[in-house]
Parts: sequence; structure tokens; C-alpha cells
Amino acid sequence: MITLREAIGEAMTEEMRRDERVFLMGEEVAEYNGAYKVSRGMLEEFGPRRVIDTPIAELGFAGIGVGAAMNGLRPIVEFMTWNFAVLAFDQIVNNAAKTLSQSAGDYSCPIVFRGPSGAAGQLAQQHSQTFESWMANVPGLKVISCIDPYDTKGLMKSAIRDDDPICFMESEMMYGYKGDVPEEEYTVPIGKAAVRQSGSDVTIVSYNKMMIVAQKAVEDLEKQGISAELIDLRTIRPLDHETIVTSVKKTNRLVVVDESWPFAGVSAEIAYEIQKYAFDYLDAPVTRVNAQDTSLPYAAPFVDAYLPTPEKVIKAVKEVMYR
Amino acid sequence: MATRAKKVKKKIVNYPQEQYLDWYACMLRVRKFEERALMMYSKQKIRGFLHVYIGQEAVCAGIKSAKRIEDPLITAYRQHGIALALGATSDACMAELFGKSTGINKGKGGSMHFFSKELRYFGGNGIVGAQIPIGAGIALAEQYKKTDNVSITMFGDGAARQGALHETFNMAMTWKLPVVFVCENNGYAMGTSVERTSNVDELYKLGWSYEMPSEPVDGMNPMAVHEAMHKALAHARSGKGPYLLEIKTYRYRGHSVSDPAKYRSKKELEAYKAKDPIHLLESIILQEKIASNEQISTIQKSIHQEIDDAVAFAEASPLPDPAELFTDNYLQDNYPFIKD
Repeated sequence: MITLREAIGEAMTEEMRRDERVFLMGEEVAEYNGAYKVSRGMLEEFGPRRVIDTPIAELGFAGIGVGAAMNGLRPIVEFMTWNFAVLAFDQIVNNAAKTLSQSAGDYSCPIVFRGPSGAAGQLAQQHSQTFESWMANVPGLKVISCIDPYDTKGLMKSAIRDDDPICFMESEMMYGYKGDVPEEEYTVPIGKAAVRQSGSDVTIVSYNKMMIVAQKAVEDLEKQGISAELIDLRTIRPLDHETIVTSVKKTNRLVVVDESWPFAGVSAEIAYEIQKYAFDYLDAPVTRVNAQDTSLPYAAPFVDAYLPTPEKVIKAVKEVMYR
Repeated sequence: MATRAKKVKKKIVNYPQEQYLDWYACMLRVRKFEERALMMYSKQKIRGFLHVYIGQEAVCAGIKSAKRIEDPLITAYRQHGIALALGATSDACMAELFGKSTGINKGKGGSMHFFSKELRYFGGNGIVGAQIPIGAGIALAEQYKKTDNVSITMFGDGAARQGALHETFNMAMTWKLPVVFVCENNGYAMGTSVERTSNVDELYKLGWSYEMPSEPVDGMNPMAVHEAMHKALAHARSGKGPYLLEIKTYRYRGHSVSDPAKYRSKKELEAYKAKDPIHLLESIILQEKIASNEQISTIQKSIHQEIDDAVAFAEASPLPDPAELFTDNYLQDNYPFIKD
């Protein structure tokens, strides 16, 4: 059993041993061992040439990463959180995502932008946002969001080896989350969802730390005699439509549990796909449990009211089952 | 004019005849290309944005002659001149403006986005100042790979006010990246003069905050640009870190084709036109008998023909296949685009 933070650290370390072109840069990644200790020990192993502390200048170092990627390296750019990556969106959206197209294939941008996304306790408005749907809106990017240590390690390795620019979303609250990871080398493919639990009455789709909320709901529902199929998206873009559609054709009902805001969030895209490709199979409207359509204030009651909870998921499931 | 020619006289002996003729041909090619592009725009053969380089030709000529072929270069969107100077063909560039599949970027980039891996040209970038950190990243990769190439990172006076510049200057100096920052100061960020955008209107001084060696350069003279670049490149190549050149130049036309440039006086424009870099070099070449009238006239004819041919080539070339919309978005084969 290793933690999520160790899984990410192992993935980066193994890929840096494997490929001299890979390096890590970001705030506090080297001497401090990472703001969340994800890169612990990496400076010691690889030295300051390949584990680079940056000043607090997200736009600047993201752009330096893009330039290095265009010129033959494979940077991993850590954002302390995706909230701070907003300062670098110009480089991610206007450059990393566009380089291949505007150069008609002359220059690619094999880069991984990574860091935690989502609410993480009472951190208030500016430190509690999710960015999966923002980034997934942009052609040219791929977006991965997961917390399972096995998946995360395998997907991080795939991301670092991938030739396209990748936004990798982790979770501050789940860095200590443990899971089984084998000693031997493996990767997990980008663009494939995982069916975590098979069920027959309803499909629940989720990703990142909302998987914990969904899992809890599935367990409670089971006690109430409702068999839910639970799907972990793992990759947001490209979205694995096929796994979701196949499941809904079987269960005829869908609840999406999504920490992003409701407007044009990940859940909205999934709902569109299902009405288009599983319309005749649906026994109830697709329902979603999102973060509320508000900013997240500081005090504790706001957090519960804002985020999806197992209770909210159970309520949504009962709604689609007309119970 | 005469005194100006006298001033540079001492330096003239420094270069072989071929170099002067190269500068002349380079600048004239850019001028004629841009004049024709404007004409083609008015005929609606070219659409979208069109930012021409007329007046600034000495900058691309001097940079080209000072750099090594392996030195990567990145710039902003007023970029036809630098691409042509680096060796992009008039055919490929004109076809790109026409949006044809034979264009330098298969019609995918247009006026703002020429790229060429072969020429180590990193574009052609449309977001003001965004290419500055990218240029430093290109330099970081050269340093990482232990080459002695220097990244030439160009931007305009408008970009000098972006935060990205300051973030990049700071990191580039901290890490001693092999980069020469070239600010092409043509006096106006679209319609706003340099003086109106900051208390600091001598842009080379922006390097001082980061203890970056920085100096102003006469951008209406290819020899001055060449010499300054040569020195700056040698500094960066020797591992001493970045260098900033503020090359003072002038664009004769508006910011883009849609800009009548009413924010500046006719007198100012005429004063700069009197310092025209092509006329300056031509008069030096003739006065100093570096080459004959016939040689100059041969170059002129050859470039006129080249531009005529480029337009004919662009006209005759096919438009891109709309299916190309789905190529060059991802390197992954069979990326599952959402198509409905």
C-alpha cells in the first residue's frame, strides 16, 4: 500500500530515470520536497538541473515549460494548486494546446501540467475550485483527474510519455489516500474509464475525490437493496463515452457525481452523450449531483451545503428510481 | 543622409561585399513582399489580420546575419519579415497568406503564425508577450541539452508591458539562460505610443531591474543591428546569461491593415522615412562603391520577379482539404473527436 502522493512521486521518478528529457519544475518542488511532498527525494536523486525550483510566477514558468517542450524536452510543470494555474491559462490554452495546429505539425508540446484541483477543507473561494471542465473544453489538451494510487501512478506515467499536452488533476485532500500498487512496471491507458463496481439498477459516474462520495453512496444503497454500477472516469478528455453508454443501456438510469460547477460542467457533457446515444434506454432523466452554482465561502456549514455528499447522491438515485 | 552615411563609414570595411548585398536583398525582399501582401489584401486574396513589417526591415536583416543557423528564434505576430530573413521562401509565405495548402504551415497559421522546424523558427505568435517565456524555455532546453545555441526571443514595445516579460527576465537571469531578448520598439503598441504606457520609455532599461546587460540599438541600420546582435549573442553563448537589446525602429504602416494610424503625425512618419534602412544601405553601397548600379538593379529585378512568382504560385495552389481540420490537433492517432 502506498499513498497517492507516493504514487505520483514514483511515477515521476521512474519516468525521469527512464528518459533524460523529463524534468520537473514548479514552486517548492526541489528543496522543500514539494508543497505537498509529492516530489520528496527527487532533488536528491536528480539534482537541480532536473528538479527546478521556480519563483512564484505561474505564467512565466508555464511558458518556459512550453518552450522547453517545443524544443525537445518533456517537462512536468507542477502548480501548487490548479487555482494558481489560472495565471498560466494563457500558456496552457493559447500555446500548449495550439502549437501543433498553428505550426501544422512542425512543433508539438509534450508537457504535463499537474497539481491538485477541487475543494480541500475550508480554504474559501479562491482555493476551492475544480478545473476539469475548463481544460477539457480546449481541443489540443488531454485532461486526467484521479485519486486511486494505482491508476494515478499508471496514468501519470502514460501522461509523461504522451506526445500531447496534458492537464493532470490531483487532490490535496487525497494525497494521503492509500492503495495497492505493484512493484513491477505498468501504465494505465489515457481515455479509458474503469467500472469500479458492477450493478444493475442505476449507473453512477464520477471522478477524482467525488469517487469516495459516490462509493459511500453505493455501499449505503446496497444496504437498501439498490444495485448501483459505479464508473470512475479517470480521464475527462477524451471522455470514455462507450463505457458510460454501455452501462446505461444495462441499468437504464444515470446519476453523475461531479465536483465541477453545474454550468457546462463534466456532468453536462455526459448528459448530452447519454441523451444522444442511450435515449431509448433511459427510464428516467439523467440526474447530476454537482458542487453548488456558487463560490465556496469559508465556514464549515457552507462546505457541506456546497459539495456533493453521499446523502445527496442517494437522494438523486432514488429520484431516478422513482422511490 | 550624407552625415549618416559618414557615421557608419568606418564600419563599412568590416564586411565583405556579399554581406552588404545579402542585407540589401533581404530587406528589399521583405519590403516588396509586404507591399504586395497589402495589395493582395485589398483584392481580398488575403483575409484575417495582416500586420506588415515595412520600415522595420533592418532588424530582421541584422539579426539574420549575426545569428548561427542553429540558433532558435521566436517572435510575435508581425513576423513575415523575420521568417523571410531566416530563409522561408516567398512562395511558401505568400501561399500561407492566401490560405493555401502549399503555405509554410499548410494554410493553418495565416499571417500571424509561420513556423519552421527546419529553420529553427518557433513562430509567429499571436498573444502579445506570450512568446517571451516560451523563448526562455527554448533557451532552457538548449542549456539542458548542453548545446551552445542561443535563443533569440523577439517582442514589441507593447509586450514590454506584460507581466510575462518580467517573470521571464527574472528567471532567465537567475538561471543564466542562453537567450538574447530583442525588443523591437516601433514606437506604438497598436495605437498607443510607448510614452503613454509607462514612466519608463527607454525600454532597454527594463533589463536593469534584473541586472541584465541591456542596450539601445539603431534599428534603421542593418549594420548596427548586426553588430549589437553579434555582441549579445557572444555574451549569451559564452554562458554569461541573457542580454536585452532595444532595437529602435519604426513601422510605416498602421498596426494592421484596418488601422489608418491617425495617432501619429505625418511629420513623424516622414522623418522616419528619411532614415529608410533600404535607401540608407543602397546609398552606402553606391557611394562606397561596394557594388555597382547594375548589381543593385539585378537584385531589384530578381526580387520583383520572385514576388510576382510567389503571387502566381499562391494563386495557382489548392485550398486545404477541410478534412485537415482534424489533423495536427493531437499527435495521438485516431483521437476520438466529438463530432456530433
